[in-house]
Amino acid sequence: MNPRILAVTTGRILRQLRHDRRTVALLLVVPALLLTLVYYMYADQPAPPGGVSTFDRIALVMLGFFPFVIMFLVTSIAMLRERTNGTLERLLTTPLAKADLLFGYGIAFGLAGAVQATVASALAYWVFDLNTAGGSELVIMIAALNAVLAVALGLFCSAFARTEFQAVQFMPVVVAPQLLLCGLFVPRDEMAGWLQAVSDVLPLSYAVEALQEVGAHAEPTGTMWRDLTVVVGATVLALVLAAATLRRRSG
Amino acid sequence: MEDAIVLRDLVVDRGRRRVLHGISCAVPRGVVAGLLGPSGSGKTTLMRAVVGVQTVGGGTVTVLGRPAGSTDLRRRVGYLTQAPSVYADLTVRENARYFAALHGRSRADADRAVADVGLSAAAGQLVGTLSGGQRSRASLACALVGEPELIVLDEPTVGQDPVLRADLWGRFHELAASGVTLLVSSHVMDEASRCDRLLLIREGRLIADDTPDAVRAAAGVSDLDEAFLRLIRASEAGSAVAAGAVGTGGEAS
Repeated sequence: MNPRILAVTTGRILRQLRHDRRTVALLLVVPALLLTLVYYMYADQPAPPGGVSTFDRIALVMLGFFPFVIMFLVTSIAMLRERTNGTLERLLTTPLAKADLLFGYGIAFGLAGAVQATVASALAYWVFDLNTAGGSELVIMIAALNAVLAVALGLFCSAFARTEFQAVQFMPVVVAPQLLLCGLFVPRDEMAGWLQAVSDVLPLSYAVEALQEVGAHAEPTGTMWRDLTVVVGATVLALVLAAATLRRRSG
Repeated sequence: MEDAIVLRDLVVDRGRRRVLHGISCAVPRGVVAGLLGPSGSGKTTLMRAVVGVQTVGGGTVTVLGRPAGSTDLRRRVGYLTQAPSVYADLTVRENARYFAALHGRSRADADRAVADVGLSAAAGQLVGTLSGGQRSRASLACALVGEPELIVLDEPTVGQDPVLRADLWGRFHELAASGVTLLVSSHVMDEASRCDRLLLIREGRLIADDTPDAVRAAAGVSDLDEAFLRLIRASEAGSAVAAGAVGTGGEAS
């Protein structure tokens, strides 16, 4: 890996994003609109006695989930384009190392995810009075880590798609089970044993648990740090698998 | 000095089909070598093998004295794919500057490469909004910007207007005069006469490997198109005499 090549590659990816104003606008506006929807859905629901309000519970998880799902999609498509346009093959004939490209995507879209999470969090905290015991900066940090995890999964999954239609189909495959089993709909310890086992190997479960820790505790807890270690570990694993799909030689 | 490209018994299979049937040839340094042949003859596969991105079934490919695909060759070889491989959502200048930076070249080098392919006026335009010919020149600029010692160009002049085409060939010869080696594929025979050396392949076999004059002399006609036709007929008839007379290419078929 070469710091200069990594930096110009990250810059190139961000520049591509910047030229696509509509995508940038959608990245920033859509989470805000969805949060607004959730806010009004639960506005008249009484909070359970002594518990967190439903909006607080759902919005907190959503702040981590938006960057995850959106950066997964954006990365899958961007990487698929690199493969189908021939730019990937060309890049691999230059001094660029595979890690320069993978980390370039991770940093660029991780930053985009962080900005997205910051905008959504600002709305949630300031307009909709989201309450968390821990600080909003922890929420944004977890959201950014989620974005990087999603980038890594997207880089890996794009190798199995030949077309953009196929790439989009990987979203329900990769994202939906993680959302269903992350503990938002049914607490993880109330699920059937085999569902818990599946949930245990899905990285989003840990990201959601980390967010819930921030929601319930004023100070960062050991559980939160352990969860984030798992998320980072899953990211590294996905990046290694993604690197294995980048072949300099093909038939 | 050692040759820029040396192929020995190069065999490439794609799936169950044999695309290159044991090609042997050498391209000296500082020349423009034309790789001529009809569509589907194996030109792109041969170029990919030289660049080191093609899985090879047999034989050796030596580029600038090193096995093709060696790490240090990545900064010494430039490659233009047949379909323009540039980022449609970046401007011409941004594309050139990115590929320049990958090769450790400056922004000024990038701007010069854009000017060399006649795109200065469109430098600020997104590649996605360019015409097909402009887009392929943007891609060419990105292949030239690293100032490589060997430049492999897969049909660089398709869809270009005649004046620009002449300019580009002029540029290729300037580069060759400065010691750079170019391997340029084309299926247009009138470009063959602009090359210092010709490699003619057909159905994965080398039919001729010589200078344009020698190819004409061997076929006994002054028109290259006609010369190639005769060579193809001669090789199809299994006449080793005609193929052998054109120099080193005979052994490949």
